[in-house]
Amino acid sequence: MTDASRRTFLKLTGGTVGAAMLPFLKAMPAQAQANGRIVVVSGQTINSLDLHRKGTNRASYQVAVNCYDRLVSFGTKDTPGGGLSYNYDVIEPELAESWTISDDGLTMTFKLKSDATFWDGRKVTAADVKWSFDRAVSAGGFPTVQMKAGGLERPDQFEAVDDETFAITLDKPSKLTLPDLAVPVPFIINSEVAKANATEDDPWAMEYLHVTPAGSGAFKVVRWDQGQQLVYERNDAWVGGPLPSFEQVIVREVPSPATRRALVERGDVQMSFNIPNKDASELDAMDGVDVYSTPIENCIHCLCPNFNFEPFQDANVRKALAYAIPYEAIFQTAAYSRGAPMWGGEVEINDTAWPRKSPFMTDMVKAKEHMAASGFSSGFEVPLSISLGLADWMEPTALLMQEAFAEIGIKTEIEKIPGANWRSAALVEKRLPLHLENFGGWLNTPDYYFFWAYKHGHLFNSSNYLNEEIEQLVDSTLHIPTDDPAYAPNIKRMFEIAFEDLPRIPLWQPALNVAMNGAAGYEFWFHRQLDVRPLTTATA
Amino acid sequence: MSARLKMILGRVAQAIPVVMGVVVISFLLTRAMPGDPAAYFAGPAADEASIAEIREALGLDKPLFQQFFLYVGDLVRGDLGTSLTTGQTVMSDLAARLPASLELTLVALLLSCAIAIPLGVLAATRPGTWVDHMCRILVTAGVSMPTFFTGIVLIYVFYYLAGLAPSPLGRLDFIYLSPPHVTGFYLIDAALAGDWETWFGAFKQLILPAMTLALFTLAPIARMTRAAMLSALSSDFIRTARAAGLGSRKVLYGYAFRNALLPVVTTLGMVFSFTLGANVLVEKVFAWPGIGSYAVEALVVSDYAAVQGFVLAMALLFVALNLVIDIAYALIDPRIGLN
Repeated sequence: MTDASRRTFLKLTGGTVGAAMLPFLKAMPAQAQANGRIVVVSGQTINSLDLHRKGTNRASYQVAVNCYDRLVSFGTKDTPGGGLSYNYDVIEPELAESWTISDDGLTMTFKLKSDATFWDGRKVTAADVKWSFDRAVSAGGFPTVQMKAGGLERPDQFEAVDDETFAITLDKPSKLTLPDLAVPVPFIINSEVAKANATEDDPWAMEYLHVTPAGSGAFKVVRWDQGQQLVYERNDAWVGGPLPSFEQVIVREVPSPATRRALVERGDVQMSFNIPNKDASELDAMDGVDVYSTPIENCIHCLCPNFNFEPFQDANVRKALAYAIPYEAIFQTAAYSRGAPMWGGEVEINDTAWPRKSPFMTDMVKAKEHMAASGFSSGFEVPLSISLGLADWMEPTALLMQEAFAEIGIKTEIEKIPGANWRSAALVEKRLPLHLENFGGWLNTPDYYFFWAYKHGHLFNSSNYLNEEIEQLVDSTLHIPTDDPAYAPNIKRMFEIAFEDLPRIPLWQPALNVAMNGAAGYEFWFHRQLDVRPLTTATA
Repeated sequence: MSARLKMILGRVAQAIPVVMGVVVISFLLTRAMPGDPAAYFAGPAADEASIAEIREALGLDKPLFQQFFLYVGDLVRGDLGTSLTTGQTVMSDLAARLPASLELTLVALLLSCAIAIPLGVLAATRPGTWVDHMCRILVTAGVSMPTFFTGIVLIYVFYYLAGLAPSPLGRLDFIYLSPPHVTGFYLIDAALAGDWETWFGAFKQLILPAMTLALFTLAPIARMTRAAMLSALSSDFIRTARAAGLGSRKVLYGYAFRNALLPVVTTLGMVFSFTLGANVLVEKVFAWPGIGSYAVEALVVSDYAAVQGFVLAMALLFVALNLVIDIAYALIDPRIGLN
């Protein structure tokens, strides 16, 4: 069918049923002409329109980003490889017009934009903000944990002073609080609509908002066919930022990467989100398709030797591993050189940049020396565990490691663990002697990474690593501002200990790849989901 | 006719213990699967308390026995539970996805039969000739190529290179809207609504995936037709019919083919049930929101309710299918009763 007749058809159907049939219209509105529309394909499935609901998967976070507003947002910066990225260092207003922080850092007062309205036309008030924040800290699960990272733990910390003034009281000042308000979790819900649909068993209207968003954001959801597509339509009254250029955004789920690639190459869709490294490197070489590969901030693919496993308590064995890893081959084979190498860095630590290259590189002579000096010079056997859910990078990495470790007398057998068991085995029980891991922190400071991945008992410390100095350093650094005189020395000391003790051996910093054909304006976000708001047509 | 109805009811009654067995086994098997759905769905950053909350919400903290009775109680009320993977009730998932798979499979089988049965008959009437060899080559090629490979090749040739096929974006291109839900079969629903533009759109999307599946299912049907026709053509009653001077058309289609149909129908039933559950790869390649990929996704993450619902739906479908095939037997061969 030609484009012209598609449009005629649209007009025909749009004429009969209009946008009045929200939230799930039966026909595409007439005004959604082909030039005001962008089609995006993604391999992930959206399972809820409410991030706070239990069981909501990562792909669904995009609804929180595109359909809801937060008080504040992050700024935008250029990335070295071309393209845009959010800017952790700049906090910009979204629903809040301005804010002040008291001198003791314990009270934050936000002034809401007076012209901000929800989709139903009602003014956004501080009571809505309070209700939404109460919900986030009470829902349990991930939203509550993420709120806690910024020191937001209890409803009594939030107060609606008047209609346009919202105040947060903190137990202790923290540099993480303001950025934590810009992550997708503390989004602001139309509390009147939600309360009208709440029940006694469901006071937070989880079942209603699960399928019917009620926000003030840049886009509304006009259609959601689970497992197939999500259709966004622009909210022309949005005041959270510059009005998006597309009137309609269609996100289609296409599981097969090969099909997604054919679609974007042909230009029938304008964007393929989160494409495999292999496709990224091949499409990059082609005309017509733009590929953006952004190294994911504060995220590192690591090899983790578990301290519960006796040979790995020996520092020489861990160093032998770090010298034996064929970094370059792994980076080329498993990552198609997308992302950033994390090996061969300088020994001396002069700055607080993170992720940073470890001082190790492939050196079989040194690896053998360390093995010989260890208490396990005759070698040993150990399973090398990978997750089947992450097999695309873990499997080639493990195979190359297996070969290299055999040379220094460490015989490994690759143990493939189903995705559903991986989390329990690796992170909760922490029982995998040698495994691959890829924690990435949303809040972009090294101490936040160390808090999750190096502190004993914390979820992503899957190596059971315990170092008293790290414990104390992280505790004293986590909440102090980055310009505090103690900050930089503390961070550098953490790096030194991490590279000396090696509970996590860095491999590379992975990239998020996006292919575009006929669209522009893509911006990378730490949450690794699609922000459709800044997208524009390629010519614009 | 009432005797036949009684027979059908009897057959349905016989299916009840089978379905009960399926309920028990699917429950036990999902519980025996490795993995902790509560931990998985609590998300990577969840703490112990939130995992426990989810476990409680799912009822997984109760003893197995109690869980089973709760499950059966829900089943009796027609509640299949909520899928964690899709966030929808299992009932609505099945209602959306089963018709998608059935539509694809049925169209593929129709296409497959339209090619395979004449081909098999031709090959049987001319054994050893070029027709026979061509039939053999075609079915060998069809069955030896995995469906995802055929699917990708078809997309590459007809969509990517030639631009003839529409975008492989599932059941409908984004420009169309799904027809009002009546049966869930887009071709039927669009026709009922009189929306031929959408009907044509849905039909275009069906062509490539149906061709892929048809190529794969060609082999058993064509081979079975050929073998059954060969044995029918060499039997005594055909010789008698020929000796009595009946026309070759009458002999071939009136007697030989009708007798050869029985094993073909049996094969067809098997191929149908196999294809319905096993076309996961075709569904993935063509972004088809079908039941196969749903079940696989659910299995991978230990989504109990979804897996149980899938198994139960398939069991009921098989019972119905067997019934239909038995009735077809009786229609084809009057010597076979329903008991």
